[in-house]
Amino acid sequence: MAYISKRNLRKEKEKQTAADNRRELIAAGFKRRDLLKMGLLTSAGMLIPKKGLSARPLNTRGSFDDDEPNSPFTTPFQELMPRLPVLPQVPLSALNPPPTQQPQRDQGEARSVAHQAFTDFPPQRYYQMSEEAGTAIMHPELPPQTIWGFNGRTPGPLIVEKYGVLGQPGDGSILLRLRNNLPPPLENGGFGFPSVTEHLHNGHTPLESDGFPCFFMERGQFYDHHYPNVYAGVKSTHAAQGGDIREAMHTLWYHDHRIDHTAENTYKGLAGAYILFNEKDTGNENSGFKLPSFGDGQNPLTSFDIYMVFNDKVFDSVTGLLKFDSFNTDGILGDKFLVNGKINPVLHVSPRRYRFRWLNTGPSRFYQFFLLGPNNSTKAYWQISTDGNLLERPVLVNSARVSVAERVDVIVDFTKDAGKTFFVENRLEQVDGRGPTGNVLGAGQGNQILKIIVDGPQVTDNSVDFTKIPAGTYFYGFPDTNEAPRITRTFRFERGNGQWQVNGRLVNRCDEPSRFAIKKNSVEEWIFQNNSGGWQHPIHMHFEEFQTLKINGNAPSGTELITRGRKDVFRLEHNMEARVYFRFRDFVGRLPIHCHNVVHEDHAMMVLGEINEIGDNRTNP
Amino acid sequence: MTDLKRRSLVATLAATPFAVPLLTGAQSLDWRSRFKQVSSRERFRQRYFPNLILTDQNGRKLKFYDDLVKDKIVIFNMFYAQCEGICSPITRNLVRVQKLLGNRVGKDIFMYSFTLKPKEDNVAALKHYAHMHKVKPGWLFLTGSVEDMETIRRKLGYVDPDPEVDKDKSNHIGVVKYGNEPLEFWGGCPGMLSPEGIAEAVRWVDWPKNLEKTKEISAKAKANGGGK
Repeated sequence: MAYISKRNLRKEKEKQTAADNRRELIAAGFKRRDLLKMGLLTSAGMLIPKKGLSARPLNTRGSFDDDEPNSPFTTPFQELMPRLPVLPQVPLSALNPPPTQQPQRDQGEARSVAHQAFTDFPPQRYYQMSEEAGTAIMHPELPPQTIWGFNGRTPGPLIVEKYGVLGQPGDGSILLRLRNNLPPPLENGGFGFPSVTEHLHNGHTPLESDGFPCFFMERGQFYDHHYPNVYAGVKSTHAAQGGDIREAMHTLWYHDHRIDHTAENTYKGLAGAYILFNEKDTGNENSGFKLPSFGDGQNPLTSFDIYMVFNDKVFDSVTGLLKFDSFNTDGILGDKFLVNGKINPVLHVSPRRYRFRWLNTGPSRFYQFFLLGPNNSTKAYWQISTDGNLLERPVLVNSARVSVAERVDVIVDFTKDAGKTFFVENRLEQVDGRGPTGNVLGAGQGNQILKIIVDGPQVTDNSVDFTKIPAGTYFYGFPDTNEAPRITRTFRFERGNGQWQVNGRLVNRCDEPSRFAIKKNSVEEWIFQNNSGGWQHPIHMHFEEFQTLKINGNAPSGTELITRGRKDVFRLEHNMEARVYFRFRDFVGRLPIHCHNVVHEDHAMMVLGEINEIGDNRTNP
Repeated sequence: MTDLKRRSLVATLAATPFAVPLLTGAQSLDWRSRFKQVSSRERFRQRYFPNLILTDQNGRKLKFYDDLVKDKIVIFNMFYAQCEGICSPITRNLVRVQKLLGNRVGKDIFMYSFTLKPKEDNVAALKHYAHMHKVKPGWLFLTGSVEDMETIRRKLGYVDPDPEVDKDKSNHIGVVKYGNEPLEFWGGCPGMLSPEGIAEAVRWVDWPKNLEKTKEISAKAKANGGGK
């Protein structure tokens, strides 16, 4: 009996919440009929997330396990999409104590391993950020949110750097000092773990600076990250040229990587963006590949290269505050979609070409981004990269699929669109943490995340028009894959009793030996296997990009260039086997391979390994 | 709502299949009147820890939040006494975790195993199971009404998203969840992880040790001119 009354209370509470929301909306000028037509209200009177893209998994009773149907309503497209502020350099004198090659443990440095490339590539420029709490307005109809961010911001400031010109690789070298000024225990507002480690995803970075999940920086400590910003091969296969420019990476990001606590910390805001230019991808549309200019990154009349950080979140219906489902082990889906920290913002553009850099920081959702135009039209765009690595040439696409941590750079041509409005629309259906259902919804049926209005002034456009480029390679060619692998290793990703396993084994812990050892300056072929028809996993390997040789036994086909493109996240779909090609060059140290559905990652879907001078022969680590 | 915003919203709706003309007078919703101020700890309690009455292997009636979770470091898992799958290996694992955590268990760290089959697992069955595994004080095996145990299972996320898999109790979720309730630190790891690994994960949310360590590091950094 008691249980029945409990159930009723729960239902009543849900109904009450829904009724409150409805009253609010009606008071704000919406009529019930409008909400019904907008798809925000069911005929039973419950407010619902948009049709087809249910944001929170329902339990078998048809309600939600923590009593909360969904986030409170927010009126879409109320605020402008911010452009990420560029992180300013600091003089060396600003760093106290001055950085050294050896870790300065007695000065409060968390690092335990000496910088291995400090003398080869001494830092030329310096940056400093503090990981700390901050306040963010994610939507004007929600209360100010306490977030954790880099310099108190989420997403963190944009780091804009440049490779050294070929032959002078050391010119790109920087040092970033991070400090952990996160709040003490008792002040995390419900979630967030104030012990951190920062990963530059996916720099060719000496591994002591890469953000190994077990290299913790505790409160009050600092950590010097040395980013040489060099091309792979710089100390090995392409030493004479100063690295292999075909290994250039242009769109990266940084985020917390604390073992077991990455999901809550990145969800709370500890993620930011990082760009690398070089003499080809110059950031100036009058030179090199002539891609739309970055300018100062802020001025809408001169900055046409825009980084957009996407994520989805849930807000507490009682307090309006950001909510994290601490007991979820499958994957967390939000029903509010943010771009650069704002829910459903608006971007004004001029009628010309733009470069958009799209990043999905998760925690668990896969997107398929379309550009929805007037009358449910779909606007095609040029995909120029996979995970920040330029393809051989641009590919005209209608959409791009982006699982957690993946990036795509796209060129959108609004030249003939003055006066029109578009939406970045996610049409990939996903109802729980297992991954997308595979169903791609029709135009206008998905989540319209970002509104783009082409009402900016006419401005000169000197960027390349891809309809006019000659056939063949336009960017760098792909690196060749001729060298025979030293070893082929298999990583089989499985689930047993709700526990994640790789090759039938659970994650190893920080204090256990590496499960595999890669020989420095060697080639390895890896096989990723997913024997499940229910789960999908974005598999991420640190430090090196891979090239896909085969998927399910077949060489890449269809949008072949995109499938062959260099990547650092492999979207391992249902019952899939992929063979990928890695070269591990130049640096040594410890590194993980893991699922980048950060909820899976935090529940041990990770293998810890290392690169050393010898390597091992474990084929099933 | 300003005219500009209203115009953009109208345009939005015109581009959607749910297009409707918006009414005049629509205003931005004021968050100050929409929401209540409730502490995050209290909201966490409301969301996850209904104060249901459970029974332990000694026949004691205990309230889920007030008696078992509040102000404690807790370790959760699911089991049932007749389970022939992963229950026994996980229980054996947790016996070693209990040893590793030493005399803290029962003082400020508590271990709770919730039965998935409350109809079978009465007090006697729980007592027998605990005895068989030689568990020490501070670790409770808990049963209750079918509905209450199901509520707890769902609240704590021991649910497979595939309903067919979820129905099969012999293939239940073997994750160990742990947390520090007053500090609001929560985490989870595979129950079949090494006992050292589980104990390490629990120690990361440990209190008050963690607080002391934190203070120590802060003081040191401050003395060295650290900070922002």
